[in-house]
Amino acid sequence: MQDILFYIFASLTLVFGFFVIANPFSRNPVTSAMFLVLTIISLAGLFVLLHAFFLAVVQVLVYAGAVIVLFLFVIMLLDLKAEEQRKLRTFAVIGGVISVGAILAIFLQSLASSPLHADELPLLEGGTAQLGKLLFTQYLLPFEIVSVLLLVAMVGVVLLSGKEAK
Amino acid sequence: MAQALTNWFQAPGAQFALFSALKILCVFSVLMFIVAYAVWVERKVSAAIQDRRGPNRVGIFGFLQPAADAVKAFLKEDFTPAHVRKAYYWLAPAIVMIPSLLTVAIIPFGSQLGHQKMVIADLNVGILYTFGIVSLGVYGIVLAGYASNSKYPFLGGIRSSAQMISYEIAMGMSVVPLFLLAGRLNLGAVIAYQAGGWLDWFIFKQPLAFVIFLAAMFAETNRLPFDLPEAEQELAGGYNVEYSSMKFALFFMGEYASMAVSAGMLVTLFLGGWTLPFAGLDQPAQTIAAGLLHIAIFLGKMLFVVFMVIWVRWMWPRFRYDQLMDLGWRRFIPLALANIVITAVFLWWKA
Repeated sequence: MQDILFYIFASLTLVFGFFVIANPFSRNPVTSAMFLVLTIISLAGLFVLLHAFFLAVVQVLVYAGAVIVLFLFVIMLLDLKAEEQRKLRTFAVIGGVISVGAILAIFLQSLASSPLHADELPLLEGGTAQLGKLLFTQYLLPFEIVSVLLLVAMVGVVLLSGKEAK
Repeated sequence: MAQALTNWFQAPGAQFALFSALKILCVFSVLMFIVAYAVWVERKVSAAIQDRRGPNRVGIFGFLQPAADAVKAFLKEDFTPAHVRKAYYWLAPAIVMIPSLLTVAIIPFGSQLGHQKMVIADLNVGILYTFGIVSLGVYGIVLAGYASNSKYPFLGGIRSSAQMISYEIAMGMSVVPLFLLAGRLNLGAVIAYQAGGWLDWFIFKQPLAFVIFLAAMFAETNRLPFDLPEAEQELAGGYNVEYSSMKFALFFMGEYASMAVSAGMLVTLFLGGWTLPFAGLDQPAQTIAAGLLHIAIFLGKMLFVVFMVIWVRWMWPRFRYDQLMDLGWRRFIPLALANIVITAVFLWWKA
């Protein structure tokens, strides 16, 4: 049962992810954003199969519930029309190939270094209590750095949207 | 064959699946019944308040009115304007309906019947799941506005989704002190914490959180002091302008379903859920009769909240959009934050 569900969610994630970037039926940015929501929800399904309920819920809450709604707002307010076939620029192609190659290399390396047989399923019973403790002890510095990053973004927004000083 | 079937029934996995399916079926039908009759109650209450009679032609006291409404909605012409974006136009009403049906899964609507806990999914992340699902409710409205592909629905869609996103934050923050006190995110744990006496109910322990949650609930379900999504008079309607027939009705069913579900949530979080603090009704039931009584208590409290929400609709004027945003961002969110800090400091001081 678990295995079947894993294959269902994994293939859904891949198919929806593919439709986000290369939908053969529509080049509408809103459709891409909606497929991104579906990708995230099926990814949350995979987290649930790993018993990481907290991660799954936060994934849906933050990405599907907040971030992509903002994407939709921006797409709608800017009134982006269906994307046209653009000319390929050499710089973009080279940059893209290099970054995809690097990610693939990391991916293949971790695949090669991990044993092929299935281990005992690691139960990430991700309780909020343990997570909170870890965040405020072992990972305090990264946590605070991320908070400062968000604060910087917030200050930037206040500055940009504030009224012009006389 | 029969032997195989008996064996299957005795496997724990199969029993779990069977009882879950049964619970889902019951909860879904009760919820749909409440949705249908909330409309009837709404029309009767509004009529009483405005000194009219209300529906009284179909059945006794107009009791079959919901059926007549349903027949009307189905038989009307389902008109699809030529300029809409078809796929989203069809999807949006369904997406409005789904979140409220998913949220109901984690609300404990009773203690237990026999050995079955009266909740569909007893999740440890409890309330976070609710907020995750509620946050998806925005899509229905945003897509309805976008699909209509014309000015007023689009503006209405943007307006309502901004409202929903804003009040989601206040709502999420308002319940944090509850979980600081209860110590767990599980809704069963929250109810267990409130067992014992009237004063253990969170409405008395956290009155500020209750007020913020209640107001945010009105805003999230698009009910009257904040019903800008459907303001016909001054804003020429909202995201649903281009819809007709059953699709239009689905938006309204979604609204009433989310009203019923958030009333259930309010009861669970602030009004002690299925408990009553006397005659041992605050402990899980040992007999079937006590279990049924708990379900009845929960339904009674929930229907009372639904009735109150309906009552408010006919008593209050509508907020202006800037007042609504001001109230959400500049009053409720700071108050909710202060409430969290005060509760945390209190717990720290007590420890």
